[in-house]
Amino acid sequence: MNSRIFFLIPLIGFVVLVIYFAIGLTKDPSKLDTDVLLNQPMGEFKLVPVKGREEGLSAEDVKGKVSLVNFFGSWCVACLQEHPFLLKLKRENAIPVYGVDWDEKNPNDVVRWLARHGDPYTKIGVDDTGETIIDWGITGAPETFVVDKQGVIRYKFIGPISPQAWNGTLLPLIEELRKQ
Amino acid sequence: MYAEIGHFALILALFVAVVQGVVPLAAGPMGNRRWMNIAGPASIAQFILIAAAFAALTHAFVTSDFSVLNVAKNSHTDKPLLYKVSGVWGNHEGSMLLWVLILATFGCAVQVFGRNLPSGLKNRTLAVQSLITVGFLMFILFTSNPFERLLDVPANGQSLNPLLQDPGLAFHPPFLYLGYVGFSIAYSFAIAALIEGRVDASWARWVRPWTLAAWIFLTVGIALGSWWAYYELGWGGWWFWDPVENASFMPWLAGTALLHSAIVVEKRDALKSWTIFLAIIAFGLSLLGTFLVRSGVLTSVHAFATDPERGVFILILLIIAIGGSFALYAVRGPSLVGGGLFKPVSREGALLFNNWILTTATGVVLLGTLYPLFIDVIDAGKVSVGAPFYNRVFIPIMTPLVILMALGPLMSWKRGDAKGILSRMYLVYGATLAAVILTFILKGEEGWGGYFGMGLATWLAVGTLWDVAERIKLGKTSFGQSLKRLARQPRATWGMTIAHLGLAITIAGMTGAGNWKVEKIQVMNFGDQIEVAGFTYTFEGVRDIRGPNYDALEGTFTVHKDGKLVTTLLAEKREYDTGGMPTTEAAIYPMFLGDLYAVVGDKSGDGYVTRLYWNPLIAWLWGGCGLLTLGGLVSLSDRRHRVGAPKRSALANKAIAEGAKA
Repeated sequence: MNSRIFFLIPLIGFVVLVIYFAIGLTKDPSKLDTDVLLNQPMGEFKLVPVKGREEGLSAEDVKGKVSLVNFFGSWCVACLQEHPFLLKLKRENAIPVYGVDWDEKNPNDVVRWLARHGDPYTKIGVDDTGETIIDWGITGAPETFVVDKQGVIRYKFIGPISPQAWNGTLLPLIEELRKQ
Repeated sequence: MYAEIGHFALILALFVAVVQGVVPLAAGPMGNRRWMNIAGPASIAQFILIAAAFAALTHAFVTSDFSVLNVAKNSHTDKPLLYKVSGVWGNHEGSMLLWVLILATFGCAVQVFGRNLPSGLKNRTLAVQSLITVGFLMFILFTSNPFERLLDVPANGQSLNPLLQDPGLAFHPPFLYLGYVGFSIAYSFAIAALIEGRVDASWARWVRPWTLAAWIFLTVGIALGSWWAYYELGWGGWWFWDPVENASFMPWLAGTALLHSAIVVEKRDALKSWTIFLAIIAFGLSLLGTFLVRSGVLTSVHAFATDPERGVFILILLIIAIGGSFALYAVRGPSLVGGGLFKPVSREGALLFNNWILTTATGVVLLGTLYPLFIDVIDAGKVSVGAPFYNRVFIPIMTPLVILMALGPLMSWKRGDAKGILSRMYLVYGATLAAVILTFILKGEEGWGGYFGMGLATWLAVGTLWDVAERIKLGKTSFGQSLKRLARQPRATWGMTIAHLGLAITIAGMTGAGNWKVEKIQVMNFGDQIEVAGFTYTFEGVRDIRGPNYDALEGTFTVHKDGKLVTTLLAEKREYDTGGMPTTEAAIYPMFLGDLYAVVGDKSGDGYVTRLYWNPLIAWLWGGCGLLTLGGLVSLSDRRHRVGAPKRSALANKAIAEGAKA
């Protein structure tokens, strides 16, 4: 009788897997529902510069223009995927993109990463204490926030920005915010 | 016009597939032979109809018929012919059509080459195979129709993703699908055997060549994909543990296990229900891979345009195909009692151990691939699982397998003499120790991974050669006698030897490329020299060149060693006319001990960003994969497996089986 149960194991395992898949299908892996910060002014922060540079990043830098705040790290593969698109935004002078680098094992890693792949950012701050990450509710990288002229967070985008997401979602919103 | 013919052929094929799937299975219990035999001709009709549909879509791509939506979205008049053709499967809809074409081809091949199969088993196998086709044809016709027309015909198409316009990638998907879908035959055989309630040595002998063929294709497909990543992504990596790569690697691991366990069923009448289980999961994992890649439950760098509706459809297919077969397995599996008993230390024992390890490894890859999804589902956040996880878990799991691979082939069936074998293989110990020491001398203190990997590779390579020496009693009898024995070795043994040597060389290649890669990234002006691993790269200059459908910046590097010119490398950075990301075409000069590899990047000040690499032993990686494939082919050519062989008398079959045992 025991051996019969043994032969049921694959089926049981599969059923569990299917339940996960069914729930997984209802979720978009690139979307999150942590909208806590949405339409809230961003908090104060002052981040140290990338090793070897003079200027860091503070909340004051971001205000004044509609901008993107992009959380990234040299360890993050998806950031690399998004990277050419950010470079394109910079080339086209489309919007200021501020970078927040976090969770580096070694402060030199990000220096190398920027040298190797190019620097798409208007300014970069390094969150070496992890406080800003918690304040902004970051769960992974890349995450990109649209911040309006007054410094209010208007949108949170999870995952690499694709040309489709840019044209379909982000750009219309940014143009709307610029009019305000 | 052609598109409509294709569409119509596909609908007809669906009807044929339904008949082929339902009638033989329904007629079986009634014992109606004539109705059961409908499976054979139906499989040929099904193949012709699907081939016609595929030809129609290919025609639309080659003639740039932009009134077909799929062509408008994925092709362009300026594309070279090769990429117009490969564009057929370079998109979701077309690749699914290729998928069913291969399903139907395999079904048809069973009909054509399987004349010596018992008709009941053959018809049931074809019926199960056809039911899979029904599922996929419905999927194509209802959610992913490649023949959809456009009312406003655009002047030109949107073109194929430039990254995919590459010879390596043109042939990567067909091979991969031949592998994935090839396992469907093993699966169909397994389900047919469960329905009949009978698994025996002859069943294993019929299944093995199909499994072997699928495995060969999958090996080539994975190697091509890896090779493409190596030279096209431009940073010298060749494996990224990306969900899509894992989706192809899991069936490969399970298929490798299946290949080995089928031997035990064939030779020793044991491990029957286990082999059936492996046949189900090898194809099940192929289906799972399809689900993961196309449903959007996981994000991946090379995911297709994903769509939850398609995901639901594939999930239902998955539930029917895998859930159904596991249910059948739960009911019928316990009655498949094996005959052959064996001690833990024996050839069977070694193969069983091989199976446990391969299955565990498959489970690890599955867990790593699905972990982000599990975490997401229970709302614990978003994570990604990367190379560090796999390196830390996968390598320790596979190491005992590689160690055992040198011993297993020498074990006797039923009861092996491990002590005897271990006491005689001093040559293998010596060679392994020598390799570790040599690596230490050559590479110094560059980490344990290198010594370990080279030691393991040498252990397996010398161990495999030593197996051959033992088999032919080299040194124990006259040299002439040994040569005679060598000539008498069956091709299946040669296949194993070549494949195991191939794996040893692959491991050496992975060790070299993984541990001793040298990478220099800098801004170079014209005339600047950089030394990489003893080679002096001189940046000679750049020029603009014009390709068939792209503009490129071409950087020239000359490479000298000890003052002598080794080669001139021409690296490109391409911008395709249709836009999108620029692609890098690395310049590679392969040598026995490593590849010279150069990439030219953006302009920076007066100079250009350049990335120069020394990728050691990478050619061994590809060569090893080549040997794995060759080993599979040689084994496939063994007369016991020759699928087209005419029906032999039972006596002859028995004699051959005895001969193989001896």
